[in-house]
Amino acid sequence: MEKFTKISSIATPFPRVNVDTDIIIPAKHLKSIKRTGFGQFAFESVRFDADGNRIEGNVFDGERYKGAQILIAGDNFGCGSSREHAPWAIADMGYRCIIAPTFADIFAGNCVKNGILTVELPQDAVDALVLAAEGGQVINVDLEEQVVVCGNARYEFDYNSEQKEMLMQGLDEIGQTLTAKAAISNFEARQQRMTPWLYR
Amino acid sequence: MPKTMYDKIWEGHVVEQRSDNVALLYIDRHLVHEVTSPQAFEGLRVSGRTIRRPDSIIAVPDHNVPTKDRHKPNPDPMSTAQLAALEANAKEFDLDYIPMDDVRQGIVHVVGPELGFTQPGVTLVCGDSHTSTHGAFGALAFGIGTSEVEHVLATQTLVLKKSKNMRVTVTGELPVGCSAKDVALAIIGRIGTAGGTGHVIEYAGPVIEALSMEGRMTLCNMSIEAGARAGLVAPDEKTFEYLKGRPYAPKAGQWDAAVSYWASLRSDEGAKFDREVLIDGSEIVPLVTWGTSPEDVAPVTGTIPLVESFKDRAKQEGVVKALEYMGLAEGTPITDIKVDRVFVGSCTNSRIEDLREAAAVIKGRKVAGHIIEAMIVPGSGLVKEQAEAEGLDKIFTEAGFEWREPGCSMCLAMNPDKAGPGEHVASTSNRNFVSRQGPGARTHLVSPAMAAAAAIAGHFVDVRDF
Ligand code: SF4
Repeated sequence: MEKFTKISSIATPFPRVNVDTDIIIPAKHLKSIKRTGFGQFAFESVRFDADGNRIEGNVFDGERYKGAQILIAGDNFGCGSSREHAPWAIADMGYRCIIAPTFADIFAGNCVKNGILTVELPQDAVDALVLAAEGGQVINVDLEEQVVVCGNARYEFDYNSEQKEMLMQGLDEIGQTLTAKAAISNFEARQQRMTPWLYR
Repeated sequence: MPKTMYDKIWEGHVVEQRSDNVALLYIDRHLVHEVTSPQAFEGLRVSGRTIRRPDSIIAVPDHNVPTKDRHKPNPDPMSTAQLAALEANAKEFDLDYIPMDDVRQGIVHVVGPELGFTQPGVTLVCGDSHTSTHGAFGALAFGIGTSEVEHVLATQTLVLKKSKNMRVTVTGELPVGCSAKDVALAIIGRIGTAGGTGHVIEYAGPVIEALSMEGRMTLCNMSIEAGARAGLVAPDEKTFEYLKGRPYAPKAGQWDAAVSYWASLRSDEGAKFDREVLIDGSEIVPLVTWGTSPEDVAPVTGTIPLVESFKDRAKQEGVVKALEYMGLAEGTPITDIKVDRVFVGSCTNSRIEDLREAAAVIKGRKVAGHIIEAMIVPGSGLVKEQAEAEGLDKIFTEAGFEWREPGCSMCLAMNPDKAGPGEHVASTSNRNFVSRQGPGARTHLVSPAMAAAAAIAGHFVDVRDF
């Protein structure tokens, strides 16, 4: 996985609240058995009308926010299903960081696994960043320092230390866990004695 | 120190404590379906890894399966490929696999409990957010993404941050005509779709104790709509009775030990919850959602709220957008909302009790003439078989309902079961998101009895007057 340390980029403003995973990637596009290629279907209902024509002026297409690696989003972003196709689609569009007041738990967890940083900031900070994004300002996100900088504004954010390490090192989490194989085997031996019906 | 049920199950599964509240947690049970698993199996192959405990897994197709004409070739090549991938992966990795033509096939969250695979005190995961359903048995059950599916397959563990404890107590007695679905919607209406974020919700109180296992599953199912990753109900005699004799349940020689372990799981007297919510169950009425978020609920006797009644400006904007999408005006009486299509099914409400509830309303009546389609999709082949043994299928088909094969169907409209643009759907599923049931479709979440009544009347009606 690509390492995440810091990025500097313009941002796409999309501050709608309760954006669910069906908006991020509708179920009809979940039939692929690959991890890539979902970006073209992302935010479909925001980008295309019912007849499949592109909606003029939507924030995801066109020149205005082209190349943005940061998405500024609304409260409770990513609520709904556990589909990892949602962060796959967002990554496929070129985003590496999402900033919002809050995220749904499963979605945020899925982002880390795909090298996407989710930053939670207070609503007024997010509002300010939306304005900055609309003005085409560059936003800097530094994971090491846990800070977002935009013009003169500086916003520090909290981040789980284990996940920070994973993102910064681009670690393979399964490989990491397998180093604890002995502990897992010990657990199983003990559990099998206590609750043998869970083993076949 | 007194512990909550969540604390006990969590602590009983810690393999390694990583930091204050992060641990490597052991996973006992894993349900696998076709949509969120192919990339995980592919990941295993690419890295040359194996599955640590094939005996902890059941694989069953549900999201994508057709609900009619199953004997004919599936016209959708991508769907065919995804279903074939599940079967091939199950074979390659030697998993218990339930094929589409098996009577046990159905929605993962109906199948797990029905086979006794879901048990109190286990940690249970599935690449699907409604895994919270299994909490009805006192299992710590939650949805995971595909990377985590791969992680569990390879290691039988997950690195997890412990959630906070929340308790929702529903007091009193549920009025006649209300069911577990109304309790779930009432809770979400009260705390909002982010109300449970970062928490595991334990449901308690006399209303919960009085619910059947099916009702408890409906309630825990929608914990995720309240933002909580998992819901829990303390196991009791009903739980044990339900599980006894099911294929994956503990056998006679181990049964007593299992029951005494299960009985020890309930939250200790005086255990501390980070958040407590109290709801008077006797005041619950049949509810209908009018917007595009499950928190947008109104009593069937009420009206769509006025935009200005919402304090928060962002929520006001959301409500305006939602009403525009739904083609509805603020202040409209709920019973004035005309229904075009009816769906009784999904992992929320497709169990035998749900079908009985719908049948009781439908019996001897006819679906209103303008309804485009009304369908009943049982949660599993076993539910279907039971319903047919009770003659429920006749009641449905005579009234003009379609009686389908089990699967997720129009809950997420991944297969051909969809609603058209602008159509209002009375649906017993769990999500009323924009275009969830088909592009432009307008979903109203209700209980099975309310969906059935809407099918007959052609608009929403109070099932208590029916
Ligand atoms: S019935 Fe609906 S909510 Fe339940 S597992 Fe299937 S798609 Fe998900």
